Amino acid sequence: MNLHLTRRYRFSASHRLHSAQLGEEENKRIYGKCNNPYGHGHNYVVEVAISGPVDRATGMIANLSDLDAFVEREVIEPFDHTYLNEEVAAFRESVPTTENLCIEIFNRLRHFPREFHRAKLERVRVEETGLNSFEFTGEPVGSSQ
Amino acid sequence: MVYLTRKMEFSASHLYHNPAFSAEENRRVFGKCNNPHGHGHNYVLEVTVAGDPDPATGMVLDLKELKEILLREVSDRMDHRFLNYEVPELSGQIPTCENIATVIWQLLEPKITRGHLYRVRLYETPDLFVDCYGESNGASAHSGSAR
Repeated sequence: MNLHLTRRYRFSASHRLHSAQLGEEENKRIYGKCNNPYGHGHNYVVEVAISGPVDRATGMIANLSDLDAFVEREVIEPFDHTYLNEEVAAFRESVPTTENLCIEIFNRLRHFPREFHRAKLERVRVEETGLNSFEFTGEPVGSSQ
Repeated sequence: MVYLTRKMEFSASHLYHNPAFSAEENRRVFGKCNNPHGHGHNYVLEVTVAGDPDPATGMVLDLKELKEILLREVSDRMDHRFLNYEVPELSGQIPTCENIATVIWQLLEPKITRGHLYRVRLYETPDLFVDCYGESNGASAHSGSAR
């Protein structure tokens, strides 16, 4: 059976959309309100989808307490109540749009710990607000161009 | 190809316990879910059927028919039941979301005669759900064509 298990997590953080490769005017034009120099925040929702064989003894692809501990350690703890631009190293180099946030979260979760190493990360979906969301399934960035 | 989804809710209780494990191991692996008295959830089921609309009716599958199949195959079996003891299809299995979704797939798949069953999504809580795609790799085919 081809099964995907999805778990939803939440964290709150602030960010500012500003590209060092663009001038002040252009940043304001492209990012609008999101370019406010003081930043602003969101309540993010992260969906983590994994697949894999169901262990007959437990009926599980992965024990949720192991999955929760892993996501908590790799993503929630380092991201929750932070200013993403300054406090997450990846966003010193790239703009913390939710597209880039999806890719960063996927990369942090790519290698599963021993407890559920037979499972595979299928998808990371991030809701920035209830009205917009982004998904990354791990294919190389730019492969669709 | 069009994908049609029908939603349904049912409420049931379950517990996780493997008789091959010691009492201590059961508690360690399954935590609160090992409570011998069981506990319950409001499950939300989303069933997706894929197919081309019939030119005469404009429908992939009559929603009334799908609703009746869901009531008969899933609700009548599982709603307000203790899944471990009252659903024979789950006997000998731990009634996790993974295993319940798989049983629901197996119950529904032969009953869908127009279009084909594409996905069974079962929410145990709003923050936990399982998607079952049967034996196919339809998941990647769908996301590929949708983008």
